[in-house]
Amino acid sequence: MFKAKPGRAQESVFARRKRVYTLTLLGVIGFYLLASLVTQFSAKDGISALPRAFSWIVGNLVPTEKALRRLPNILQKLMETTLLSISVTVVAGLFAFFFSLLGSKTTGAHRWIGRLVRIAAAFFRNVPDVVWAMLLLFSFGQNILTGFFALFFTTFGMLTRTFIETIDEVSAACTEALSATGATYLQTVFQAIIPSSISEMLTWVLFMIETNIRSSTLIGMLTATGIGYLFDLYYKRLDYGSASLVVLCIVLTVILIETLSTRIRKVIL
Amino acid sequence: MPILEFRNVSKTYDQKTMAIQNVTFSVNEGEFVSIIGPSGSGKSTILRCVNRLVDATQGVIVLDGQDITRLSKKELRGIRTKTGMIFQHYNLVNRLSVIENVLHGRLGHKSTLSGAVGLYTEAEKEKAFAILTKLGLQDQAYKRCDELSGGQKQRVGIARAIMQEPRVILCDEPIASLDPSASKIIMDHLADINKTMKITCIVNLHQVDVAIKYSQRIIGLTGGSIVYDGPADALPQSMIYEIYQSNRGELITDVQG
Repeated sequence: MFKAKPGRAQESVFARRKRVYTLTLLGVIGFYLLASLVTQFSAKDGISALPRAFSWIVGNLVPTEKALRRLPNILQKLMETTLLSISVTVVAGLFAFFFSLLGSKTTGAHRWIGRLVRIAAAFFRNVPDVVWAMLLLFSFGQNILTGFFALFFTTFGMLTRTFIETIDEVSAACTEALSATGATYLQTVFQAIIPSSISEMLTWVLFMIETNIRSSTLIGMLTATGIGYLFDLYYKRLDYGSASLVVLCIVLTVILIETLSTRIRKVIL
Repeated sequence: MPILEFRNVSKTYDQKTMAIQNVTFSVNEGEFVSIIGPSGSGKSTILRCVNRLVDATQGVIVLDGQDITRLSKKELRGIRTKTGMIFQHYNLVNRLSVIENVLHGRLGHKSTLSGAVGLYTEAEKEKAFAILTKLGLQDQAYKRCDELSGGQKQRVGIARAIMQEPRVILCDEPIASLDPSASKIIMDHLADINKTMKITCIVNLHQVDVAIKYSQRIIGLTGGSIVYDGPADALPQSMIYEIYQSNRGELITDVQG
């Protein structure tokens, strides 16, 4: 009974797996060829153009002495953008927390409300922030508020979803226990849900701050505010030296924030 | 005088799965009762009907002279403060300290606000420490719960339940995740609480030998119905086979003799 006999059934399993892999590989190659044909993309030309692109970057995008004189201005705008990202993320996080309580299966008031919250969160999250910015330009114009709300909507959607997952994952058991002691809803939220999920939520907030600094650069180009505007300005003036300094400063800031948040995470976890 | 009474209680999940049907029994004040039966026989459902974590579909449940099947929110809270609960997976708030988890037992007695911000009186704190000392956890009071072993976590669970000053303690598989020595410590503590504090204990168990050793009475459950309700020491071997729907010689307890 326990002797492994390679019967017909077993052989056909392996044969089928082989067939599936072969077909999948052929399918992928087929799609690639079709897509290249339609878009007239040539991998050979694309790859051979890379060295040229890099040599252009190295040749032109080097901070010059003129660019360094613009550094105070760049740093001021960068600071503005960074602070905006932080405040957007924190405010969105607060809203997301309340809505995630409604959306979670363990703490939600009703199944339909929960579903509604999750659908709303998915909607806010899946409209790209750049699209939000373009839509909001109509109502707010080229204003810092446009950027604020564009970032707010996507961050809110993203954080609501991750907070709901965190609450469901972390606190179902202790929520049950506290309900059993006769604790009220608010008591359970403050004594069980917040303590069990706060560090994971903070991790997500820190992550979104990093993401938002990057996104706000792009949005700034549209709304003519912050560091994105500055980059756009220098770039269109063909002042590549200053533009590259802007890029360098953004990269350094993001790395700095990343390092900081890693430290913070280590402390709270 | 019975402290808990089930009269023809049934529970159906999603309008099709019968968890328990026509369950009738009563528990006297100060009794130590074990409920045994295979997985899915409805043991957890019975316990959770008592503190209304699960709502019975039919029948009447009387706790401490009060019909608990129809209650206002406030009355429900009152019932829950009277019933402590101990879980298989301890269900502690792992990121909080031991003492904070024990004090959670007082939440049902406090105003929403002072409970939410964790404002406890000196008397409550002293009581929490006294209970921890009694359970041998005085050195662990300020540790975070995720640093504890399984047996220690379950003792915190017991401390939280006693902190409520309950009339009844409901234990849902309290030793199912513990090794034999920790299991003994937990069961000894439960027996001690039952005896010295006169708190009624209703315990769901998988281990028949433990049930026979510790309880005065055993309720045997099969497929959602009670098939045995009687003294622990009078439980016949044939009944054990009936409860677990198995033949002679097929149960682990048989090996031990």
